[in-house]
Amino acid sequence: MNNKFSIRKDWRLIESLIVENSRILDIGCGEGGLISQLEKNINAKTYGIEVNSELARKAIAEGLNVIEGNAEKDLDQYSNNSFDYVILSQTLQAMLKPKDVLLELLRIGSKAIVSFPNFGHWRIRLQLLFTGKMPMTKGLPYQWYETPNIHFFTIKDFENLCKELNIVIEKSIGLTSSGKQFSISKKLSNENLFTSEAIFLLSYQNFEPIKLKSKQKTFVGNSIIAR
Amino acid sequence: MNYKFNIIDDKSLECKIVEFSNANFKLDSDYILNNFKIAFKSFGTLNKKKNNVILVCHALTGDQYVTGYNPVTKREGWWSRMVGPNKPIDTNKFFVICSNVIGGCSGSTGPKEIDVNTNSPFGGKFPSITINDIVNAQNYLLESLSIKKLFAIIGGSMGAMQAIQWSLNYPDKIENIIHIAGALKHSSQNIAFHEVGRQAIMNDNNWNKGSYNENGKRPETGLAVARMIAHITYLSENAMHRKFGRKLQSRDIISFGFDADFQVESYLRYQGRSFVERFDANSYLYLTRAMDYFDIVDKFSKAIEFPTISNKHINYLVISFTSDWLFPTIENKEIVKKLNYFNRNVSFTEIETDKGHDSFLLDELELDFTINGFLESNYRKLESHE
Repeated sequence: MNNKFSIRKDWRLIESLIVENSRILDIGCGEGGLISQLEKNINAKTYGIEVNSELARKAIAEGLNVIEGNAEKDLDQYSNNSFDYVILSQTLQAMLKPKDVLLELLRIGSKAIVSFPNFGHWRIRLQLLFTGKMPMTKGLPYQWYETPNIHFFTIKDFENLCKELNIVIEKSIGLTSSGKQFSISKKLSNENLFTSEAIFLLSYQNFEPIKLKSKQKTFVGNSIIAR
Repeated sequence: MNYKFNIIDDKSLECKIVEFSNANFKLDSDYILNNFKIAFKSFGTLNKKKNNVILVCHALTGDQYVTGYNPVTKREGWWSRMVGPNKPIDTNKFFVICSNVIGGCSGSTGPKEIDVNTNSPFGGKFPSITINDIVNAQNYLLESLSIKKLFAIIGGSMGAMQAIQWSLNYPDKIENIIHIAGALKHSSQNIAFHEVGRQAIMNDNNWNKGSYNENGKRPETGLAVARMIAHITYLSENAMHRKFGRKLQSRDIISFGFDADFQVESYLRYQGRSFVERFDANSYLYLTRAMDYFDIVDKFSKAIEFPTISNKHINYLVISFTSDWLFPTIENKEIVKKLNYFNRNVSFTEIETDKGHDSFLLDELELDFTINGFLESNYRKLESHE
């Protein structure tokens, strides 16, 4: 959904948000480039889901634990807190129900890393203002009728949703269209204008040491239930 | 284990046979097999570390001739396109073993073999066999060959059942499992098709409660019909339509009779006829039953949640085919879901094809690519860790 250079930059930043030796699920892992990088560089134990079967097979053929599946249908097979990090890179805007997906990320993972194209970027705002047509940029190169990106939102929108869902933004990084990175501050003003791509590290407020019983899992007969 | 064994070269079957005696091998039915034999073929070379062994498990009507020449059919082995030098399962690298299942009819102990207690063929008196028994017998074979670790187990259909059963019985011996077009249980539809096939055999007047080998007349008609039914289930509507449509067989007009007017009829009759030349009707009864009895849903769940012998190291690869209605994707995915729920190493892909359940035996480049990549990359990993 983006050009190659910016995805690689994206990967380096994602890696910088992750602690070594973690268990990681990459949703929409493609050929597994990011997870194999994380295995090599920070000794991560990685898993992936990819909806495109050809890409999934390429990842499997690299010896990665990748299943063909869909972020909106197949996350229910993972138990609570299965991963230290769940990554959803450049995909949230393509989801039918982004809010539900976001909640799922933080159910199956202790932390979530979400990156997305910022629709609040000044170029996009200007395009809509002056041309009166749906914006198209290098990062969002699709016509409105064929774009996989069906839910556009801005950094501000995303921050508001996190607040509504009691999700803590631990870190947030913005990338300008030229690839310059900066940390997004709490007071959003310029950042929302200049960020073309945003990366968020998310978690729930930590109430340790309370251990929720609901996290226990058990099998009864053929079905999985959460107690 | 106090059993004795003897490995012989069988010249006519062109394979090796291990004869076990004093085995005290208890089957699921409580029947005890003291003397039994397993016919097998191997390909490639066992390396010094003995870490390159792949066990290929054959499907219902398969045999040990996975690749190379099959002296019974006088044709290439059933997975020649997959197994061999420079093939996806590369015998330049891996030592591939394929054995005939017990209950089968290609040299392993089965209903057509002689029961040493009575000196006549077992026939219908052969004990009931399960997938669990088949796997335990394969373990005897590996012990006799002093093989302690399997780099991989691979199987499609009934072979997939064996592969997943292996993960329950001997998880500590396995590194990787490739499970193709299988399930944790045989569905009622599948049991139903098998039952029709068995009825065809048992209602053949020559069947004689399984003692046909004594009078020389075999239930060929029944077995051929069973094969015809089964063959339909291995294909898909689209594949059949593409291959045959409503085309007529060697004629321009319909005959207004019950000849094989249509090509599809002629094809099925041919499939039935050629099958009876190479397969034993009793074996067909016993092995279809073994598949019917297969249901490890609970055992598998328990083994994954509370493993008594560690199985956490196993890498699973599950593959299904879009047009397979015998072992559909949803059944294969059950395995994936259970493994994922307990954070296991599992990969899964569904290959798009209209060739039905038989796709795993046919020319599917995506299957080759996935199996080859999975094996080679995991072997590289194993080597780099050692």
